[in-house]
Amino acid sequence: MSETATSVKLNRRTLLKAGAVAGGGLFLSATMPFAARAAAGAAPEAGTLSAFVTIAPDNTITIVGKNPEIGQGIKTMLPMLIADELDADWDLVRIEQADFNPEKYGFQFAGGSFATPMNWIPMRQVGASARQMLLEAAAHHWGTAPSSLRTEKSRVIEPETGRSITYGELAAQAAKSSVPDPEKVRLKDPKDFTIIGRAIGGIDSPRIVKGEPIFGVDTQLPGMKYAAFERAPVFGARLVSADLAAAQAVPGVEDVFVLKGEDNPEGLIDGVAIVANSWWTANKAREQLKIEWDNGQWASHSSEKYDAKARELMQGSPAKTLASDGDVDAAFSGAAKVLEAEYAYPFLAHVAMEPMNCTALCHDDGKMELWAPTQIPQSGHGGVAKMLNLPPEKVIVHLTRMGGGFGRRLSNDFMHQAAAIAAKKPGTPIQLIWSREDDVRSDFYRPAGWHRLRAALDDSGKLAGIDGHFVTFETGGEVPMPASMDGSEFPAKFVPNMRYGQSSIDTRVPMGSLRAPRSNAIAFVLQSFLDEIAHEQGRDLPALMLELLAGREKLPDAKTPFGVQPGFDPARATAVINKALAMSDWKAGAPSGRGKGFGFYFSHLGYFAEVVEASVSAKGQVQPHHVWAAGDVGSHIINPHGAMNQAQGAIIDGLGQAMALAVNIEGGAVSQSNFHDYQLPRITMVPRIEVEFVKSDNPPTGLGEPALPPVIPALTNAIFAATGKRVRSLPIDRSLLG
Amino acid sequence: MAHKVKINGETRELDVPEDMPLLWALRGELGMVGTKFGCGKGLCGACTVHVDGVATRSCSLPVGSVGDKEVTTIEALAETPVGRALQQAWLDEDVMQCGYCQAGQLMNATALLNRNPKPDTRQIDAAMSGNICRCACYGRIREAIAQVAEKGTANV
Ligand code: FES
Ligand code: FES
Repeated sequence: MSETATSVKLNRRTLLKAGAVAGGGLFLSATMPFAARAAAGAAPEAGTLSAFVTIAPDNTITIVGKNPEIGQGIKTMLPMLIADELDADWDLVRIEQADFNPEKYGFQFAGGSFATPMNWIPMRQVGASARQMLLEAAAHHWGTAPSSLRTEKSRVIEPETGRSITYGELAAQAAKSSVPDPEKVRLKDPKDFTIIGRAIGGIDSPRIVKGEPIFGVDTQLPGMKYAAFERAPVFGARLVSADLAAAQAVPGVEDVFVLKGEDNPEGLIDGVAIVANSWWTANKAREQLKIEWDNGQWASHSSEKYDAKARELMQGSPAKTLASDGDVDAAFSGAAKVLEAEYAYPFLAHVAMEPMNCTALCHDDGKMELWAPTQIPQSGHGGVAKMLNLPPEKVIVHLTRMGGGFGRRLSNDFMHQAAAIAAKKPGTPIQLIWSREDDVRSDFYRPAGWHRLRAALDDSGKLAGIDGHFVTFETGGEVPMPASMDGSEFPAKFVPNMRYGQSSIDTRVPMGSLRAPRSNAIAFVLQSFLDEIAHEQGRDLPALMLELLAGREKLPDAKTPFGVQPGFDPARATAVINKALAMSDWKAGAPSGRGKGFGFYFSHLGYFAEVVEASVSAKGQVQPHHVWAAGDVGSHIINPHGAMNQAQGAIIDGLGQAMALAVNIEGGAVSQSNFHDYQLPRITMVPRIEVEFVKSDNPPTGLGEPALPPVIPALTNAIFAATGKRVRSLPIDRSLLG
Repeated sequence: MAHKVKINGETRELDVPEDMPLLWALRGELGMVGTKFGCGKGLCGACTVHVDGVATRSCSLPVGSVGDKEVTTIEALAETPVGRALQQAWLDEDVMQCGYCQAGQLMNATALLNRNPKPDTRQIDAAMSGNICRCACYGRIREAIAQVAEKGTANV
């Protein structure tokens, strides 16, 4: 069996190397090939884990943060793992952001919540190895046995004599010791953790509150010019001709030119670039462009037509079967009662706060240097090299902190654009910035989808079968991962007869991963429908869930789009459900005028059960008042600060999506454009949120995503509890509630 | 045309068209990139600066209309006790995730506490409702402001 995302350890294939650094420091590096598919999006099949630690004579410890930071806290969290086993003084730890260098750092990536499980043991092994080398150096120095020594806060101490020595003083000697076998170094008993489990602030935060340049868009280079890129409003359109003269004549504009791209939104698409002495000027000039686009067949596409087509398809039989357990047809023919419902959800945009941007410089020798806020530098690097016909070593990518990602920066179209523009202006650094309108209108959207569901109840009212038909999108005959499901989603395997089929509609709307891809939509559908079933049975959803889970075994490890993953564990699900019920005093019900709703979901290795208390005004205005969330993401919460922030953020994100967000296609283009018609949640909407973690005997897993999916059905189920009206389509339509 | 604008206590010369928004003059001309671009339409608050102490969206403020008013940006926030107290509270509460919106949040929160040192939750929400945080750090933004409102600025 191949490695699952939670079973990674340093082993014999690991290259653990130590050496001296100038001035008498110790350098330790670990690299290990990792054979499982690493994560969502365009992840390659193989990755590498790596760690780089330097201990300087002045006792500072520098740890390289190799993954890009999008606000998920990785730059702080991974070094905590190393520092704890090393018994480092956290105040003396420095974290350096790595540049893109796959040979040195392996796979550098942000997304999918997999960094935690993949690094939990290996990073600790690195820290423990370094500690062992320092212990040996101290023993050598004092002429004692390592076993008589202990470590604390970057010092080795001899308890018997009370003498101590800093790691920095030992570093030069330690560099001469032999490197331990990482499989044999002893890891701490978790009760001895001093850094893991401590609420530690983000490593970059002190700089951020001062407004220091730290994000991609803050990149400043001497002589830098700014660029805007005009692209077709209609997805899939090609440029026929462009009149550039008026734009060129705007004072401050340096150059205006057409870029012919390919028929692939992940790379360079057709458009017009404007280079100017300020970004504002470039955008003013942009208004003067006259471009003729060939929209082909795509301008006729619209959300309305997609909806009509989907409703028609759902009435027929699915084009293919995703999964089928038991005898579904028999369950329905013997049913005493059949429930039926259609669910739908829209396209969504990511709208990361920092608009897409990239700074590029084409050197005189043709070398392309990029400063890129990207979640996946690998694919941008490769794509740019290919586009410009450059050998890989001639493309250099610097990683910057990102103002949010949410999956948007898994596509590197902006890197291609910046590089293509810079390639035409050798010697001049170019900063391409997208407007918010560009961002809303040229995203890789969370795919819209439709589900027709039927449930068979037998004559005792028991749930005997579920039959689902999912209508999704395909492009070029393929359903992309975020638009897919596989029929293994809960309650599959917990209902005796269950079948899911799929049909798809052709589109050119680009689709991509949005925080908790697939689950962010499917949780709403399945948990709402189960709520309908529970009500039909005269009980509530938690009661139905607990019955379905009772006495069941853990499912086997499964191959998923995110790699081989540990199977769903009913015991962990049951524990978080019970916890959420207790936290929210579920039995007591809601105060009058309000409703309480429940939702559970297992995604990205995390188990979350959530309860929302909400009210609906006479005009149909929905207000969530209180959210209780219980999550199981393993044995430890590495950084409670980051963990709480991620969980609360995901919950508000989910509430915001359900309440207001949709991207509509009209005439083949996106109708929304900025925050006035794509209304993100604001502080006034935010309810009280209580999150508790149920610790289980499992390796820690990530928190970027799993708290989001269940809050959506918890909210819509609360609306049903408050009003008796069932929300089967997102975003919530106020006019149906008022 | 050259405009003289007082920014963080210094008079700066800006040779830009008068209708260029202050945001782009700050970022592009002066290299003061702490003030952020989020929407360009006055919808998100990422670009908030103070103009004579009033929280103002620099993406929608033409350079030519600043006149002799005093502009303060995030780069100079630490020069006032309220600004410093809020920066510290932001770190104590570990408010931020990606951090991109936080310059605007801090500028707006400072303007709030300058005019109302003891806002209640409702007043905090009302004052901060123009600032979007895509990462949704709202709970902690509330807490951090409330903390400064309660403790005051004596210790910073
Ligand atoms: S950038 Fe000014 S309000 Fe959004
Ligand atoms: S912290 Fe990311 S947008 Fe506010």
